[in-house]
Amino acid sequence: MMIYADNAATTKMSSTAIRAMLPYMDQVYGNPSSLHTAGQQAAEALQSARERIAVCLGCQPREIYFTSGGSEADNQALISAAKIGERKGKKHIISTAFEHHAVLHTLQGLEKQGFEVELLPVGEAGTVTAQQVADAIRDDTCLVSVMYANNEIGSVLPVGEIGKVCRERGVVFHTDAVQAAGHLPIDVREQCIDLLSLSAHKFHGPKGIGVLYARQGLTLTTLIAGGAQERGKRAGTENIPAIMGMAAALEEACAHMENNARAVSALRDKLIAGLSKIPHSALNGDPVHRLPGNVSFCFEGIEGESLLLLLDAKGICASSGSACTSGSLDPSHVLLAIGRPHEVAHGSLRLSLCHWNTEEEVDEMLRVIPQVVEYLRNMSPMWKDQKSGKRTFVL
Amino acid sequence: MALYTKTVMDHFMNPRNVGEIENADGVGEVGNAKCGDIMKMYLKIKDGIIEDIKFETFGCGNAIASSSMATEMIKGKSIEEALAVTNKQVVEALGGLPVHKLHCSVLAEEAVKSAVKDYYDRNGIPYDKKRFPDCGNCEACHMV
Repeated sequence: MMIYADNAATTKMSSTAIRAMLPYMDQVYGNPSSLHTAGQQAAEALQSARERIAVCLGCQPREIYFTSGGSEADNQALISAAKIGERKGKKHIISTAFEHHAVLHTLQGLEKQGFEVELLPVGEAGTVTAQQVADAIRDDTCLVSVMYANNEIGSVLPVGEIGKVCRERGVVFHTDAVQAAGHLPIDVREQCIDLLSLSAHKFHGPKGIGVLYARQGLTLTTLIAGGAQERGKRAGTENIPAIMGMAAALEEACAHMENNARAVSALRDKLIAGLSKIPHSALNGDPVHRLPGNVSFCFEGIEGESLLLLLDAKGICASSGSACTSGSLDPSHVLLAIGRPHEVAHGSLRLSLCHWNTEEEVDEMLRVIPQVVEYLRNMSPMWKDQKSGKRTFVL
Repeated sequence: MALYTKTVMDHFMNPRNVGEIENADGVGEVGNAKCGDIMKMYLKIKDGIIEDIKFETFGCGNAIASSSMATEMIKGKSIEEALAVTNKQVVEALGGLPVHKLHCSVLAEEAVKSAVKDYYDRNGIPYDKKRFPDCGNCEACHMV
């Protein structure tokens, strides 16, 4: 038996999404830009997908731009907003310390181009308040980019409140909703969101496809030139099968959102309660405002990669923010941002659930994980020093 | 996981010589918690031969496998033979490591050296200090 608990990394596709894709591989395979019947059938499908996705987000179909995924959407959103600001002489950007690298690395690029980037601290719970954003906004602020929910620690941020602050102050607001889309309600009008990124494979759709929502009137900068697709803002023949799969997956996820959230958060809470019994461990992220499927812990005295390998050997697929899983000596910037010291951040474990996970799987994880943590602690000189009092416990 | 060779996974899943030697003749600890790996080696030495060796490691799968392999390569050898074991030999014995993981094998070599140095210090045996670089200054912490 394999327990898949890494749904924040990617998800298994739903059969609805797979079925929605298949006809667009061998039946309706035309290029939507072609004038002939085959092409126009594809163009109609593309338009219908755009409309259905717009309904899920509460926007107009013309405000939907298909991209290769969340990273491209984040890149295009930030660069576009920065260019708009630059034309008005505004070059101050506000974001948070624990954004995804698709945002942080793009912001670093903008810094090199002369933009001033201010990353708000996220505190121990891993969140920012609308007040923090309000206090940071200046006359020359051109963009606020705050993620809807954090991919590692699961905190859900008050994007609606932040959006209102930005709207009142006339600042463009982008949210990276990659972890939220399909799992938490989105209404870009009500939440005053100007730009939003999402990725289909995080809600049981296909990989390699995503959406950038851009409020009408916001001029996007073209990153991939070479054609008139996506209103000239994103060249390349549309990936119709993936787009159809994404539309079906998002509709399905939104239709079952409340039920799924209720069931998944019950499993999550059972896991959190069980893992909290492990001594010298701590939950990462906001305990209340939390993604339904996210369980993130730090266990003192052990290293995350060895934990993952042992869990994998016992059939549990999970993730960690340890340095060894990232190929660098530094652990996750997210865990450091919430104040976890390096040695504690190395011992992190993320379990991310979906509605296909069962209570039996949760029980099995609660049986295996404490054993594996104890096994690794027993061979850890750090743990030994902590137990003997030579080194102090952090957690 | 295809990241590691079968030998690495074998030594990780079934590590040899894990634990502590009470009344060890030499103990060495290298690495640091901040970097995410600490390796501790215990030696029992008689007539210049490493009769027993045990390790404790806080670190990734590969750090544990490297510790295990290094202890296997050194057990029963003379001190000179043990000091001659290089991280390259540990890596080769493991069937190779991903490039960004090589520093873990360096740590294994350093841990053995550190334990031997401790043995020399305890027994007032003179040695060439250049052969025992301070941990923290070795390439391991600067490679990535």
